[in-house]
Amino acid sequence: MKVTVEITRRPEIADPQGTTIQRALHDLGHNEVMSVRVDRVIHLEVEGEDPNRVQARVEEMCRQVLANPVLEDFTVAVSE
Amino acid sequence: MRIAVVVFPGTNCEMDVAHAITSLGGDAELIWHRENDLSDFDGVVLPGGFAHGDYLRTGAIARFSPVMGEVERMAGDGKPVLGICNGFQILCEAGLLPGALIANRDLAFICRFVDLEVTDTDTVLTRSAELGQRIRIPLNSYEGNWVDPSNTGRVAMRYVDDPNGSQQGAAAVANAGGNVVGVMPHPERGIDELLGSGDGRALLEGFLDSLVPA
Repeated sequence: MKVTVEITRRPEIADPQGTTIQRALHDLGHNEVMSVRVDRVIHLEVEGEDPNRVQARVEEMCRQVLANPVLEDFTVAVSE
Repeated sequence: MRIAVVVFPGTNCEMDVAHAITSLGGDAELIWHRENDLSDFDGVVLPGGFAHGDYLRTGAIARFSPVMGEVERMAGDGKPVLGICNGFQILCEAGLLPGALIANRDLAFICRFVDLEVTDTDTVLTRSAELGQRIRIPLNSYEGNWVDPSNTGRVAMRYVDDPNGSQQGAAAVANAGGNVVGVMPHPERGIDELLGSGDGRALLEGFLDSLVPA
């Protein structure tokens, strides 16, 4: 099964890269950009038949290693 | 009194650390990260570098290396554990120190001498220093910006002019017991005036003095 993990930095944690990109967009005249955050997407292929079980397993992987609970939240989306 | 200096794939400061410890009269031994028995060691240092290529996040893969089980045990036993630069990042990922290190505020890799002020002398790194003492050693990092949403870290040293955005200007952070310390600048590169500063000696001498037999 194909699994997409999106790891996002918590809103209260600064994202210097996002801030720099936002500044560049404003310099180019895109002043309507209110906020930029740069996050991480990880694509996995996982053996399994049961989407719920695959979902639970990948969420466990996120808590263990893929995301840092101090800084980040995650979402897991399973597709066939 | 033996100190394990852990080498991960991508570690690059192990020789500097071993040289510094040896030149201060300590007994340092390089230990590969696959090692899973440090029972003969009285303290451990995680040196700087780019363990496992800094992939995923700095320290995220290294914290699962086999040796880390022993580092956690030693930390729990109250033995001195020091992480320098990348080693600091690994200790945070492992949960042995609070918080995490993110990219510097200005997205610049900072490589220069920085001035620090000792703010807590009840740690294995700062025990030989005096409160308020100024320490000048080199900083060499991109992810040196310490954040601690839990607000539980003890700041052992702070930057006089915070170059990277660290919370409370922290340059060195200790656990509650003071036996686990992470420091972002490099004490081992400041042990000889010939190289610009000898201020790191006081820190590493304190670390050596904190060792008690295994």
